This record gives sequence, structure tokens and C-alpha cells, in this order.
Amino acid sequence: MYTAADLRKGLKIAIDNEPYIITAFDFAKPGKGQALYRTKLKNMITGSTLDRTYRSGETFEPANLDDRKMQYLYKEDDHYCFMDNDTFEQIHINEAALGDAKNYLIDNLAVEVLIFREKAIGVDVPNFVNLRVTQTDPWVKGDTSGSDSKPATLETGYVLRVPPFIEEGELITIDTRTGEYSTRVKG
Amino acid sequence: MPENWPLARRCRALAERSAIFSRVRSFFQEKGYLEVETPFRIPAPAPEAQIDAIPAAGWFLQTSPELCMKRMLAAGYPRIFQICRCWREGERGTRHLGEFTMLEWYRAEADYLFLMEETEALVTAAASTPKLCYRGLSIDLSLPWERITVADAFELHAGTSVSEALEAGTFDELMVEHIEPQMGIARPTFLYDYPASCSALARLKKSDPTVAERFELYIGGLEIANAFSELTDPVEQRSRFEAEASERASLGKLPYPMPEKFLSALTRMPDASGIALGLDRLVMVLLDAGSIDEVVAFTPEEL
Repeated sequence: MYTAADLRKGLKIAIDNEPYIITAFDFAKPGKGQALYRTKLKNMITGSTLDRTYRSGETFEPANLDDRKMQYLYKEDDHYCFMDNDTFEQIHINEAALGDAKNYLIDNLAVEVLIFREKAIGVDVPNFVNLRVTQTDPWVKGDTSGSDSKPATLETGYVLRVPPFIEEGELITIDTRTGEYSTRVKG
Repeated sequence: MPENWPLARRCRALAERSAIFSRVRSFFQEKGYLEVETPFRIPAPAPEAQIDAIPAAGWFLQTSPELCMKRMLAAGYPRIFQICRCWREGERGTRHLGEFTMLEWYRAEADYLFLMEETEALVTAAASTPKLCYRGLSIDLSLPWERITVADAFELHAGTSVSEALEAGTFDELMVEHIEPQMGIARPTFLYDYPASCSALARLKKSDPTVAERFELYIGGLEIANAFSELTDPVEQRSRFEAEASERASLGKLPYPMPEKFLSALTRMPDASGIALGLDRLVMVLLDAGSIDEVVAFTPEEL
């Protein structure tokens, strides 16, 4: 069981026996008022979203999901294919159901496929993944624009802000919980 | 190249923050305020139902320097300000840090309307620009700033009256979902005259005792400061503290000792107004930062 203080982006909870994932979260506390936990929730089966505000003291049941260790194989149209390493069974999950996880899917990445009533409805990726930078502008020494970050495109197509010293072809670590640059992989 | 990029990239924000703090200090020094320091660890925080202090070796970390600063007012210091750390249990989000930096100032023989004007002057001095760009909004700092009562804001933005909201127990939700996002959009907004029940340390308005002489400053939907004409009646203050303490007990929260030295000092406190301003948040709006994390050197998660 979770309490309101456990709520955070990415947490999966059950509402009316259906699995929901928190896609946005913030803490609010109007002056001298009570603590409120504002969430945007996505129904992991239907994809429909809702806004809910909770108070401290409220409790939540975890979403009732099974997970299976699988690896990512390839993408076909808007479906992503995963394989169970033990049984070699392959399953497909559509892009919308993957959410942000699609930004981190590189060949053979080990993931946990989430199963609800025998249907695959999403995946959990590792907290940190290493991805290669395929495009970013070079950093000009003495740049006076004062910019402390620049955009970079990764091998999955994901675009994010990176430090100016990152170069094309470098391998970097992304924190998948925030979607942000974490560190450079020494190599 | 520095590998701690989250820290290294805040270099400019921290330099701006330092410059803003300098302008704030100059503002108060020019107005004859004395900068003071009071202890961070105190035996008895103000008993407020919804503000939770962190226990520290038998005492508590302050949630605000309010009680010590009012004891200074009572002892004959008529204009004082302080920039200090405050701690509040369980508060963390894009606009909250459990440990944050507060600016408080107190002025004898002034009421909350006077403080609105002084706050306008302070923020203007701290900003050093006539217009702010914050989260895609263009916010005009020229005077006069918007002023709206809590009652009018509920009618206008929440589609209900304050008394109905209080009765239904939805005051805080309506405030967060419907009212706060509308405050301080074109120019900063003073939301004022709060229900008496939301103002444990504020003086009630003589012409309408259902409200307290309290205001909050909003800029770009962000709550920046909370102020009031101070309650100086020790009997009334004790009974409000007792009510807050019993609400804490009913919520199963940690009890605080009654702040007796503060209550006895109140008998000698002059009429005064005081204000608490979240400096991290002021820096956020001045620097167009989307998260409080961007304007401090370390977040708790990074320690």
C-alpha cells in the first residue's frame, strides 16, 4: 500500500481495479493550508487520462500487474516487439502504451513487460540506460551566448538537453525516471 | 570539464541569486532595518495545524523565525529583517524544498496595507527590470499591482463562495486548482483578507471580523509571500494556538510545547506587521526557473 507521500511520476496504482500510471506529479500547499498531491494519471489499458488531487493520509493500492523479463528486439510500424528469453515467445506492444519508455529502447535492452489480465500493457526500463549521441552541434570554445546546455539527438530519436562538452558519437547515461542526461560514459 | 553537470550548470543561476540577495539586503539597510539572526533550533514552534516542524535533539528546527522576531519587536526593535533557513517536514515538489531560504521582515506601527506597498518596492528593487518573463508569461512590474480579496477571487475563479468552500472542506483544493493559477498573471497580485480560520497569528479586520488582515503575494501563479497585521492580544493568541494544537492532535500530528515566552512577550508588542517571503521562489520568477531545484546549489536528493 502507498500513501500520498509516496506518489511520484511513474508510480503505478490501482483505481477501480484498473492500472493507472502517474504521468505528472506535483506537491502543492496553499499558504497555511494542507498538503495536496496533484497528479495526472493515465489508464494503462485505455490510455485515457485524468487529473486527481489527493490529500495526505490517503492510501493507494499498487496496480495489480505481473511482470516478465524480456528483451527488446525491433520496431515495426507503430509496434515494438519484445522476446521472452526463456520461452522465445514474442509479443508486440503499441507505441502509445509504451509512453516515455520508447525513448530508451535500443536493441537487446532488458526490460520488464507489464502484464494485466494476460495482456501486455507497457514496459519498465532500467533506471539508467546508455545511449549514443547521433547529432549535436559542436561546442565553440569561448561561446559568449552563455548557454549552459544544448540539444542532442540520441540513437533512439530522443532529443534532450546535454552539457556543451558532449560530442557526436559519445555514449551518455540517461536517467529514465526524469528523462534527463545523467553522465558521460568514459570509453 | 566538470562531470557534476547538474551543479556546474547552475553557476549562472547561483550568481544571479547572490546578486538578488545583495539587492534585498541593500533595500532594507537603506530603509533603516536591522538585519538580525535568531536561532534555527527552537524549543516551541508556533502551533499551526498544517505546518510540521522537524524534531532536532529534543527541540525543533524552525519552520519560520516568526516567534523570535516578534519577541525582538516586543523588546524594542522596531524594524528588523532576517534571511535564514527554515525547515518543513514532508514538503517537496517543483516549488517546495524541505529546507528553504526565507526572508522575513517586521515593522512596528505598520499594517498589512503598508506592507503591500513595501513589498512592491522590495520586489521591484530585487528585480532591477520593469518586466518579467516567467513560464511564457510577460509580467508587468509597474504599479499599481493587482489586489483582490479572497472572497472576490472565489466568486470570480472558483464559482463558489468562501463560506461554502470552507463548509464543504474544499477551500485548499479550490485555491490550488482554480485560484492560484489565475493570480499574478499580467502583473503581481495581492490576494488579501483571508478567512479568520486560516490565519492563526493575524489580527482580525475591525470592519469585518470574519476575515483577517492577511495577504499573499502571487507572481505568475506562484505564491511568493505571506503577510499580516500581527495579532497582539495574548489571550486571543493563546486560544488560537490551543485550537490549532487540538487540530494537530486530531490529525495525529506531533504536539509542540506552548510557546510561553512568546505569549508573555506579546503583552508588550507594539502594533506591527510582518511578512515571510520565500526567497528561492522569488529567484525562480526573476530567473524564469521552472523548478526550485534550478536556483539552489544542492537538492536533498543530490546530497
